[in-house]
Amino acid sequence: MNILVINGLLIDPSQDMEQPGSLLIEDDIIKGIVDPKSYTIKGDTAFIKNRQDKAFTVIDASGKWVVPGLIDMHVHMRDPGYEYKEDILTGTKAAMTGGFTSVCAMPNTRPVNDNKTITRYMISKANEAGYAHLFPIAAVSKGSEGVELSEIYDLVDAGAVAVSDDGMPVASAALLRKAMLYIKPLGIPLIDHPEELSLSKTGYMNEGVASVKLGLNGIPQTAESVAVARDIMIAAETGSKLHLAHLSTRYSVELVRWAKKMGIPVTCEVTTNHFSLNEDAVNGYNTNAKINPPLRTERDRQAMLEAIADGTVDCIVTDHAPHGNDEKEIEFDKALNGISGLETSVGLSLKLVHDKIIDKKQFVRLMSCAPSTIVNLKNKGTFKAGADADITVIDPDTKWLVDKDKFISKGRNTPFHGLELKGRAVMTIAGGNIHGNTRT
Amino acid sequence: MVSGKGIIGLKYLDKSDIEQIVETAFSMRDISKRSVKKVPTLRGKTVVNLFFESSTRTKTSFEIAAKRLSADVVNFSYTSSSISKGETTIDTAKNIEAMNPDVFIIRHASSGIMDLLSRHLKTPIISAGDGTNEHPTQGLLDIMTIRDEKKRIDGLKVVIAGDIYHSRVARSDIYGMGKLGANVYFFSPPTFITDDYASLGASITYDAKEAFTDADVIIMLRIQLERQATGLFPSTREYSRVFGLNEQRLKLAKPDVIVMHPGPINRGLELSSGVADSKEHSRVLKQVENGVSIRMSAIYHTIGEGHEYTGN
Repeated sequence: MNILVINGLLIDPSQDMEQPGSLLIEDDIIKGIVDPKSYTIKGDTAFIKNRQDKAFTVIDASGKWVVPGLIDMHVHMRDPGYEYKEDILTGTKAAMTGGFTSVCAMPNTRPVNDNKTITRYMISKANEAGYAHLFPIAAVSKGSEGVELSEIYDLVDAGAVAVSDDGMPVASAALLRKAMLYIKPLGIPLIDHPEELSLSKTGYMNEGVASVKLGLNGIPQTAESVAVARDIMIAAETGSKLHLAHLSTRYSVELVRWAKKMGIPVTCEVTTNHFSLNEDAVNGYNTNAKINPPLRTERDRQAMLEAIADGTVDCIVTDHAPHGNDEKEIEFDKALNGISGLETSVGLSLKLVHDKIIDKKQFVRLMSCAPSTIVNLKNKGTFKAGADADITVIDPDTKWLVDKDKFISKGRNTPFHGLELKGRAVMTIAGGNIHGNTRT
Repeated sequence: MVSGKGIIGLKYLDKSDIEQIVETAFSMRDISKRSVKKVPTLRGKTVVNLFFESSTRTKTSFEIAAKRLSADVVNFSYTSSSISKGETTIDTAKNIEAMNPDVFIIRHASSGIMDLLSRHLKTPIISAGDGTNEHPTQGLLDIMTIRDEKKRIDGLKVVIAGDIYHSRVARSDIYGMGKLGANVYFFSPPTFITDDYASLGASITYDAKEAFTDADVIIMLRIQLERQATGLFPSTREYSRVFGLNEQRLKLAKPDVIVMHPGPINRGLELSSGVADSKEHSRVLKQVENGVSIRMSAIYHTIGEGHEYTGN
């Protein structure tokens, strides 16, 4: 497909770009930035003239940001096995509606994505659906049981872009160390869900003032930071790429800050949930705010914002975790963890720009460039000529109300229902599919 | 506040609600001392005891309370085996609600279940304890017992000692007594509490001398013996020596100190037999007696207001 996106503000940190201009796409590949006045590409004055015979779909992005397609490198698509929560079609469509052109799907499906058959199934189902691109993350260990390594080379050949036992930490330091050594030649990251289960297993929310008032057993912050320290030490020794999932405590990001200063190959993410909410969201036993790791204190939330601003945090993710209503509208201790996040992520993250915590380029880096680099997605997260035509058009200023009943995702579990957000993705282009997000 | 809505936690009641329920309980107590222990106040009303967790004392106390007000009482006990049939708690409660009870008395092992069920049921709920959250009628009967002896709550030094972290009694006590102006101290091993408990308005101490000195009221919580296996304390011997209440420690308190315990007591662990049986100081059985009156009052205020309760 040939597309000309005109009059937008082009933001591409991979080229240190923030300028008005028009973007030319030919056969679903980025050709370059077109001068808005002369309709020429730098160094190719005959560019447009040579293409007079081609038909272009022209998209007017006046007043909008045009950015490399957003990438959410931490989602749960629930398919195969839990299709009542989400399936790859609804999940990738929800992603695209939320502004994402690519998602990385965690392996805690049923069966677990620990073999190439499932990896291929996930990719082909997403391709058939024709919405956001899906990149599977395969299990570190067989069945994510923390005993034997999965056939990771096979899985990478089939299309897996990283390994993780997410939902659970890699069970032991010894297994983590073996896995990190084993993946080194592949250049993929190991994504660990840092949690020391002996500290967390009896808790249901952050251990703090809110848990005291609610009479719910708490999860101390050390349940995360102890595991973060373990993981960083193993990355330091092995030299393999470690990516830390959904950090939530101030000590965790401080450890990452230190690790980066030491040159240890570690990256990390924070979820929209953990920088938007604190433990008080659980008040009234709100199971929609029950997540793992739990929402932490306001001081921790502020530490997430600081770490996002200073670059300690590499990327923003949703940890999109759709669940059925019957899994949430029950006893707090029995309710499952997670928030359906794909359709609120851009609005929540734009608040960081509106609040001047980050600038526009940082926003795009956190939500597109960095994740593409971390999981080695070639030709994504950039507008450089030759890149895939994955594009998100963002209206940064329109106010809208979150309405879970209008979600494309099957997961209606969100604590943000009824919240007014400012800004959203209005159009998402991926794989030649122009997806207009006009829903209000 | 209470009428028609029930009592699911003292955190939701204001001072005047608490005072009113306690005042009514004092007049209800007279009914239990008559030869005919029954008033017709709630004749024709149905009280459902819906217990998802085993309980003998609290269930019996509620049952006696309801019967003394002439209500019909139906007991449903859901053991873990019937829960395993797969019905959700909400469905179970809605099924019974379809039989048109007037009030639910509910006990459940999950903190916050009362808040959840309140959103799904029209029938008012009186909590008989939810998880590690609250046990509001225990908090109210503790307040009543203190009021009975001391004629006030305001300004008293009340020590709550033991496994604060897992105690729904401690949480209801601090919410209720805090609103009435008591100076509450939590005394426990550091494994049974976190610093965040100060946010409830209590002073935290790990020192027996500081805790018990000049105390007006001492509430000893039951220590669950299975906590030893999870490493929260090493032995009953050491617990008793460092954190228990015995005759000698009781001397630190005011001469007219009263000692309370929600029961059942582990004699020789948190409470020595000498203190438990002390006529002068122990008010453990008085608590049980007041429990019936408080529950009569709680049921009355929830579904009986407007009806006369002093008649024969």
